[in-house]
Amino acid sequence: MSIRHGLLALLERGPSHGYHLRAEFDAATGATWPLNVGQVYSTLDRLERDGLVAQDGPPDADGRIAYRITDVGQAELRGWFASPVSAKGAPRDELAIKLALAVTTPGVDVLRVVQTQRTATMTGLQELTRLKARADDGPGDLAWSLVLDSLVFRSEAEIRWLDHCEARVARAAARRPATPTATATATATATASATAPGAPAPAADAAPGGGRR
Amino acid sequence: MSAPVLQLAGVTRDHRQGEATVQALRGVDLTVSPGELVAVMGPSGSGKSTLLHLAGGLDTPTAGRVVVEGRDLAELSAAQVAAVRRRSVGYVFQDLNLLPSLSAVENVALPLELDGVRGGMARRAAREALEEVGVGALAGRFPDEMSGGQQQRVAIARALVGPRRLLLADEPTGALDSTTGEEVLRVLRARCEAGAAGVLVTHEARHAAWADRVVFLRDGVVVDQSGPAAVAESLLPAGGAG
Repeated sequence: MSIRHGLLALLERGPSHGYHLRAEFDAATGATWPLNVGQVYSTLDRLERDGLVAQDGPPDADGRIAYRITDVGQAELRGWFASPVSAKGAPRDELAIKLALAVTTPGVDVLRVVQTQRTATMTGLQELTRLKARADDGPGDLAWSLVLDSLVFRSEAEIRWLDHCEARVARAAARRPATPTATATATATATASATAPGAPAPAADAAPGGGRR
Repeated sequence: MSAPVLQLAGVTRDHRQGEATVQALRGVDLTVSPGELVAVMGPSGSGKSTLLHLAGGLDTPTAGRVVVEGRDLAELSAAQVAAVRRRSVGYVFQDLNLLPSLSAVENVALPLELDGVRGGMARRAAREALEEVGVGALAGRFPDEMSGGQQQRVAIARALVGPRRLLLADEPTGALDSTTGEEVLRVLRARCEAGAAGVLVTHEARHAAWADRVVFLRDGVVVDQSGPAAVAESLLPAGGAG
């Protein structure tokens, strides 16, 4: 997704000028992706340079220039809607990188890192759910509700992934022989198994690693 | 602020497994007030269901106190605990437990009738409860004549019919598709907003997010909680799992 395609989609509804496009973009995405007017104008400049939009008549009394989508722009827009969003690209997920570093950095309580993130993501998910409940009770802004759904599902996926990380970390710690260098994760698991005196080490492994209900 | 409907204070529950003792819950504190829905999340074996059973008087803690509507369950006789279970606590399970030979209204009226409420009155209350969860029109239908979501609404109506103010739900959306599950959560939420106190055990983050607070259990310990009350009511043992 780029701002380019967002603006082309808005111009497909009819000619408009930058300031108005920004407001429409906000309304369409529920302000989940705030743009500043500067970004809108610079994107319009590039779209015009590439022949995807054209100026729609002379500037109005306030000096504002309206743009319209061109045939080339419409073809580009149709192509965008027709193609899937690529999941490729540089891995820039800060959380994934943070956890990868956490498991390899001595002295980091990985389970605590996981839980801190899970609580924060859950708090965000609770806020989204409240917004969604309100949106669904309202007159029915389907576009906004679908944007919220997307954020809800993304948060849910992140929490699920964190659950998975927690189970993996606990299992790995249980398998590893306890050494002074096996730090925080081993401590947490040791605490868990300490509640079952005499239980063999694999029992501690089985609990967090078992399937979820 | 009104008095809490449910209080767990320092609750520990040990289970014997052969020679070993496994602590299903360790020193758990939890307070749920009227109007509040609290979700409990955690991996398998973290103590979620034990917590729910203790809260509903279906199990007894090894240590600590369980107080329902101001009554410490440990100080009551078995018959009195049973009365608390009937009059104060409503359960919703994943397995709906609706009786197939009874209509929706008969299913909902049953717990009242078992508690000695006369037939006509019980049915009137049952109809109101069904109306409240949006299935009033289905009062005469039998469980196999309803969809999964409709049956779950009937189960919620049954859980909350009469004066009961504590709603305990164990994976109530388990068997439902995501849209229907969401409807059930809306009903739960609405019941809590109308004054009930709810505890919802779930492994679905999306469903837990309907709660005011989400409590995370791990190895029988509350390791964290999210939501507006997270700061006000610190249940966090230092060092998480330690």
